[in-house]
Amino acid sequence: MDIKDVESLAKLARIELSEEEKIELLSDMKGILEYVKVVEKTDVGNIAPEHSLTNVWREDKIESREFDRELITEQFPDARDGFLKVKKIL
Amino acid sequence: MIDLKKLTIEKAHESLKKGEFTCKELADAYLEVIKKKNPELNAYLEVFDDILLQVEKAQKRFTNGTATVLTGIPFAVKDNILIEGHICSSGSKILENYKASYDATVIKKIKNAGAVILGRTNMDEFAMGVSTENSAYGVTKNPHDTKRVSGGSSGGSTACIAMGGALVALGTDTAGSCRQPASFCGVVGLKPTYGIVSRNGLTAMGSSLDVAGVIGKNILDVQTVFDFIKGHDEMDSTSIPDGFYKKKIAKKPVIGVPKHFLKEGLDEKMLLNFQETIKKLEFLGYVIKDIELPHVKYSVPSYYIITPAEISANLARFDGIRYGHNIEGENLMEVYRKSRGKGFGKEVRRRILLGTYVLSHGYHDAYYNKANAIRNLIANDYNKAFEKVDLILTPTTTGPAFKIGEKVNDPVKMYLEDIFTGPANMAGLPAISIPSGFTEEEGKQLPLGIQFMAPHGREDLLFEVGKKFETL
Repeated sequence: MDIKDVESLAKLARIELSEEEKIELLSDMKGILEYVKVVEKTDVGNIAPEHSLTNVWREDKIESREFDRELITEQFPDARDGFLKVKKIL
Repeated sequence: MIDLKKLTIEKAHESLKKGEFTCKELADAYLEVIKKKNPELNAYLEVFDDILLQVEKAQKRFTNGTATVLTGIPFAVKDNILIEGHICSSGSKILENYKASYDATVIKKIKNAGAVILGRTNMDEFAMGVSTENSAYGVTKNPHDTKRVSGGSSGGSTACIAMGGALVALGTDTAGSCRQPASFCGVVGLKPTYGIVSRNGLTAMGSSLDVAGVIGKNILDVQTVFDFIKGHDEMDSTSIPDGFYKKKIAKKPVIGVPKHFLKEGLDEKMLLNFQETIKKLEFLGYVIKDIELPHVKYSVPSYYIITPAEISANLARFDGIRYGHNIEGENLMEVYRKSRGKGFGKEVRRRILLGTYVLSHGYHDAYYNKANAIRNLIANDYNKAFEKVDLILTPTTTGPAFKIGEKVNDPVKMYLEDIFTGPANMAGLPAISIPSGFTEEEGKQLPLGIQFMAPHGREDLLFEVGKKFETL
């Protein structure tokens, strides 16, 4: 792993980092990856990586839930006419 | 004057019922302690301003006969559990001003029972950490020695119980976050079976491992609260229906000890305390058996692949757009990058990046899939062990509370704190940390703890052995 990898991960994760932070993260990541390396090397035989899961279904019907609209909308960092305002996407 | 040190839920309930003190007087007694001790210890991030309203409601239930055993009981709640209308910051700057728009299921349940919530407690940011040093709002100091950490991530809740700032507390546990700080603070910490308590309204960290837990002074208090908060919830599709796990009937539980796992890294005094614990249990008539858990040594390294992977996905929702910390930028991408860059602390960024890495093309099989296969091997180890024994005993931690700043620059050292507690989350098993005595360090008496693990759905076995151990 090098500084370019840290930059591309930060880009993927949408996190802005300063140059100092990148250097520090690189050294932390190297240490952690060295520690978890044992996982790569462990022989797991034919054990599957999946959990044993069961489907949980519910009826496809509308049920009203009580929400305080104001409590939700007052969390918006930016709003107009009670709607969430976002920057243009396209 | 109410004797808070000796107070239990049962005693408080009797006194409230008889009118020996009122709900308000009880809450005021705790508020007095908080006022005196919290400025130094930083267990509470906020003491709520609606306590008077809550106690009045609770008091009415004693007059109209609808009081439950939790009515009027003062609770502290970890800052990652949603309480409608109150800030829930998860110890993070990115949610500094976020007000919850609904109650978590566990909160709904204790509110329905008439509990009084005094405030929200400090924690490592998004529950990532073992010392509360990762909180954006400062460390919670250990009430037994203020130079030391209270543990984490539910360190605020455990310190709060240890300082006498609430009768019981709620926390969450993803790898030991109720048990490790309970051990450091000399209180009881329960991590229930995965899915037995609803995750609805808990800020998600590692969704396949997270569970809400209970912290208290003694087993009975913890059991009482657990009985109120457990149960299937349609709002959490991973919550399990009653009777999901079959119960094996044990006449006299046999306790397994994985001696091979206790050879490395254990503090000498902790080992001594643990050996004494075994003797005490034998004195109580328990049979102790040596057991093998061959893959448990891989628990921490595989945990630190699986959890960051889940974190990188779960924390994608904090983008500065719909709620939380927002920093202006030229375009949408800049808003995301700046809000997340400034809003998240060091450890959170570290884990998001690590999770992004282990899930990326070319590493997914080598890391993430492999870690999940190991997780199955660990679960199989426990299943096999529980064919021979009914409970598994280890220390909760490798030693007593460490000093503030001692491990802060070494993430791997911090991660190793989970060595005994993490496996219960990997396998979804219930586990409890119980105080097992003290050790003296630099003139201070520091608490130590032991941990019992039980098969899925067998919290009853944990409470039973815990109560017997408490009598000694």
